[in-house]
Amino acid sequence: MTLLTIENLSKRFSSGGRAVAAVSDVSLTLEPGETLGLVGASGSGKSTLARILMRLLPADTGLIQFEGEDWLTLSGAELRRRRARMQMVFQDVLGAFNPRATVASVLDDPLRIHAIVPKAERPREIAVLLDRVGLPASYAERSIREVSGGQRQRIAIARAIATKPSLIVLDEAVSALDVSIRGKILELLVELQEERGISYLFVSHDLAVLRAVSHRIAVMETGRLVETGPMRQVIENPQSSAAKALVSAVPRLVTEPTEGPSHDV
Amino acid sequence: MSTLCEIRGLSVTYHGQTVPALNQIDLDIVAGERLAIIGESGSGKSTLARAMAGLLPVGAKLAGEMRWSSGQPPLPGRDLGFVFQDPSSSLNPVLTIGEQVAEGARRHLGLSWKSAYGSALKMLERVRIPQPDKAMMTFPHQLSGGQRQRVAIAAALAAKPGILIADEATSALDMVVQAEIVSLLDELVREAGMTLIFITHDIALASGFADRVAIFKDGRLVEIGPTGHVLSSPKEPYTKMLIASHRDLTTPPLIREAAP
Repeated sequence: MTLLTIENLSKRFSSGGRAVAAVSDVSLTLEPGETLGLVGASGSGKSTLARILMRLLPADTGLIQFEGEDWLTLSGAELRRRRARMQMVFQDVLGAFNPRATVASVLDDPLRIHAIVPKAERPREIAVLLDRVGLPASYAERSIREVSGGQRQRIAIARAIATKPSLIVLDEAVSALDVSIRGKILELLVELQEERGISYLFVSHDLAVLRAVSHRIAVMETGRLVETGPMRQVIENPQSSAAKALVSAVPRLVTEPTEGPSHDV
Repeated sequence: MSTLCEIRGLSVTYHGQTVPALNQIDLDIVAGERLAIIGESGSGKSTLARAMAGLLPVGAKLAGEMRWSSGQPPLPGRDLGFVFQDPSSSLNPVLTIGEQVAEGARRHLGLSWKSAYGSALKMLERVRIPQPDKAMMTFPHQLSGGQRQRVAIAAALAAKPGILIADEATSALDMVVQAEIVSLLDELVREAGMTLIFITHDIALASGFADRVAIFKDGRLVEIGPTGHVLSSPKEPYTKMLIASHRDLTTPPLIREAAP
């Protein structure tokens, strides 16, 4: 059964008296265990779409079906309960945590709020989560500020999987990380998907990152979905001008002496 | 090719820190070259840029030498332009684009406001701002991130400096705009015969246009050489690791590709 169906979703913002379509008539689907890479330039509407999906912003019109339910009409306690199934990992991880929190309290919150395990078992569950994302259990007592950026992103992933979600929205989740760490986080995400059948909606402006993890790729431009297809098809044979521009903008590693820039601009 | 600056034993320690941000750097900058300084967070790459531009914060301890061929350090704004990562914090929000780009030429080239505005208009055309005459009257917040970075480049080049330092100047931009800005920088620097110091975490981005690359790690210079040379036969394990970590559209994916 299809996990997520978005139909004719639209959202306008008003800017200086003008209405600007941030998301315009977008429809897409996501299957269990699948990663859909959502790519677009700044201002293409990809983050707005992710925020509507997370119910952080209201949509103007359109429908979202998630796990067979009308996702946009859920509210109150029912929405809070269902949120356990859809989690999010942000680019700016420090901004997504209470800066005074310890690693243990960051992971304890979702376990308590969603009653994942009884209180007495929570410390053990926190240790299991830390171990699963490749951190020693002793990290539980550290402040969230004293761990490195890559470790903090691992903790954000541990928090996201704590509630056993079927879908995780990753908004530029590796963009702020050093390249040496980025690959390891992507590997962790793929491992978790294979192990638990989680679906990812991976929002990024970087096609090289999306190529590593996506089964399908959807391309947005000025609020519209202009192209959707299997990963290789979109990258090897892009049809829309937006997809072509994104493909040609990925820096290539030039190992021979060159004259001039390698980009086709 | 003459040496523009001989850096010898340069160390920088920030106020209140015990570990130096930059540790015993020896480096010759060649006049007219495009030198990429590559490193991850904490490598000291931005500290080097700031030390060269005289922009280190108060209390930073500097040891070693920077010998400039001109006999004195370059004057920021006149002899050296600096483009930062975040143009919205380097541009003044309450001045028009025209005023900010004209200011450098007026102050350092001694032009009148009128002729400084004329040269600012030409600079905005050079950096390919659409409708430059209208853009002269706008404020930074009315432009997109990519357009703001074009304005910051125009302002940095207004006084026709011989050196341009770009510190992660394209990292906050999306990939399409990044490719445009890199090709613009490359073109402007070639035309004017300027020396470009391009600071980046992205070894592939640098590989496309730099003459030489210098790899930094934990405040030290790990490896330096002609770009093709370092990229095709890296000597240091760290350089090899950086090259191996790079992902582009030819790297094998991490997922199994059969549809789920």
